[in-house]
Amino acid sequence: MAQIRIQNVRKEFGAFTAVRSSSFTIEDGEFFMLLGPSGCGKTTTLRMMAGLELPTSGEIFIDGEEVGMKPASKRDIAFVFQMFALYPHMNVRKNISYPLLSQGLRGEEVKSRVAEVARILKIENILDKPVGGLSGGDRQRVALGRAIVRRPKAFLMDEPLGALDAEFREHMAEELRALHDRMGATTVYVTHDQLEAMQMGDKIVVMNHGVVEQFGKPQQIYDWPATKFVAQFIGSPPMNFLEFEGMIGVGGGLIDLGGIMVKVPTSREGRAGRLTLGVRPEHVTFVSDGAYRGRVSAVEYLGTTQIVTLVTGHGELKARIPSSHRVHEGEQVGLEFDARTLSIFDAETGKVLLSEGNEGVLGHG
Amino acid sequence: MSSYSVTEPSQRQKWFAGILVVGYALITILPLVWIIATSFKSPSDAIAYPPKTFFEPTVEGYVNVFTTRTRLSEEQLQAVGEPQTWYDKLVRKDGLVISGPSRFAERFTNSVIIGFGSTVLCIVLGTAAAYAFSRFKVPLRDDLLFFILSTRMMPPIAVAIPIFLMFRSLGLNDTHAGMILLYTAVNLSLSVWLLKGFIDEIPVEYEEAALIDGYTRFQAFYKVVLPQAATGIASTAIFCLIFAWNEYAFAVLLTSGNAQTAPPFIPTIIGVSGQDWPAVAAGATLFLVPVMVFTILLRKHLLRGITFGAVRK
Repeated sequence: MAQIRIQNVRKEFGAFTAVRSSSFTIEDGEFFMLLGPSGCGKTTTLRMMAGLELPTSGEIFIDGEEVGMKPASKRDIAFVFQMFALYPHMNVRKNISYPLLSQGLRGEEVKSRVAEVARILKIENILDKPVGGLSGGDRQRVALGRAIVRRPKAFLMDEPLGALDAEFREHMAEELRALHDRMGATTVYVTHDQLEAMQMGDKIVVMNHGVVEQFGKPQQIYDWPATKFVAQFIGSPPMNFLEFEGMIGVGGGLIDLGGIMVKVPTSREGRAGRLTLGVRPEHVTFVSDGAYRGRVSAVEYLGTTQIVTLVTGHGELKARIPSSHRVHEGEQVGLEFDARTLSIFDAETGKVLLSEGNEGVLGHG
Repeated sequence: MSSYSVTEPSQRQKWFAGILVVGYALITILPLVWIIATSFKSPSDAIAYPPKTFFEPTVEGYVNVFTTRTRLSEEQLQAVGEPQTWYDKLVRKDGLVISGPSRFAERFTNSVIIGFGSTVLCIVLGTAAAYAFSRFKVPLRDDLLFFILSTRMMPPIAVAIPIFLMFRSLGLNDTHAGMILLYTAVNLSLSVWLLKGFIDEIPVEYEEAALIDGYTRFQAFYKVVLPQAATGIASTAIFCLIFAWNEYAFAVLLTSGNAQTAPPFIPTIIGVSGQDWPAVAAGATLFLVPVMVFTILLRKHLLRGITFGAVRK
């Protein structure tokens, strides 16, 4: 198993730049998520790690060795495709043993390795079936089997659950994660589904327009987004943005939101002008005597919680509150924000201002 | 009121379709049946009027197409002695003796060499080119593809004279290599375009999976792409073979002795010993066999090939 390091990697397709100057490190044994909307460059980044695309510039290190220009066959990594790409003219057993044959393994060795993988994935009963008639889940398992059978340095997966039914996806996600924990293999996983990323990943890289927006543990990214894009992309419903004109000084802990003073984490940066206050829906509470008020415009019932949409002086705001709390459309309610969890963004650049809260996560950068 | 389906044809439509298919089959098969029937008739039955539907079958036509015969006088016949083999006996009835083999077997072999040779070459070159056009960023790709297609835009025979002159100065006249080269050149555009269509349909992920699995690009090509393209290769091969096999005009123009194929040879049977229609028919019947066998062998692929890509799975 191996560490993967991406350094200033850039990829251009003619005039189109798919990935601009990305850098991050995937530690040995990590389950690493590449997350972003479609066209953000996450798949291209993964394909460059695999050797299916060559970077225009920059370096890729696998296990300390620079492999940027090496062909895929020489990198000793496994790749799971979204459409699985099982060889249609071979049965399950042949599909799984195919990578071993290229390594020159024969006979008993191949047999025992395939049997072992089949046991781990519980697909012993379909080994001699053609791949054409398999269900989505079984195809997925065979694709995984073909990946793990050669004990590669790393697993690269391109939306491997994307082709599965919703109900089955969850189950497969658990299985995948369990498999990873058992083998401790470095895994890079591309997805556009933030829930999947949060659920499965040890670390997440969020990409947008070919740029790495943020890189860190799921909770760090959720709690302390580095940019407005990340704040909005992660979380459902996403972080609320309250746009306002104002200022905050270094060491300041209050902002003036339309005449109402709101406590925020102590700022480490000063900024004046157009700012955005970021509030997660679950950090909004309803109070009867709050100074900041909103009018309820919609209520979505979700079981134990409900999402309440409010109209405020700074735009629409969604709050996640317990279902036991009764609210009615049209009602005016007082709002309070959990002061320790707020983020302030520069509305022009979209970047968050460093504060007491996020400096541990975003640190020097 | 009876229920009816929008997609299922009605009983009347089915009957109509059935009659149409059977009618068309009769029209196309009848000449074939006639040729095969004629090949088993005696020369006099073959030209009988009104035509004979029922007749006493004989293999005289087949014997005649493979042999040359001489008419001998009574004394000469006695000097030769009693006919030994069944075919000797057959021709002796007409007072003839077999004086040697005809050139039919030789011409037939030429047809096999040239037809299958050019087909193999077409498939090898066509697959390689189609793969490159399908997968790689070839400079001027679309222009090149159009150029390849444009070679098909006029009948090949339109360039017969330049080709004749070229072949003469290159010494390719009446050689197997020359004919293989010519038929390959004519068929290659068809083969590139057909095969490109088939290879385009094969998801590139299969090769990528093979590359990741530790195979080289070439291994990925012949271990993963080729088996997937088998359908396309089979149907393309049939098309190429049928053209090369049946081609007449160039064969007449460019071959005479050494490399002459069966199509220009068969008509020359007429005139060697009168209008021997059964022999002509026998030659034509035998000539049909290889393409028929080849097509039947690849039939399964061919049918899938023709409808391939019509419906997305």
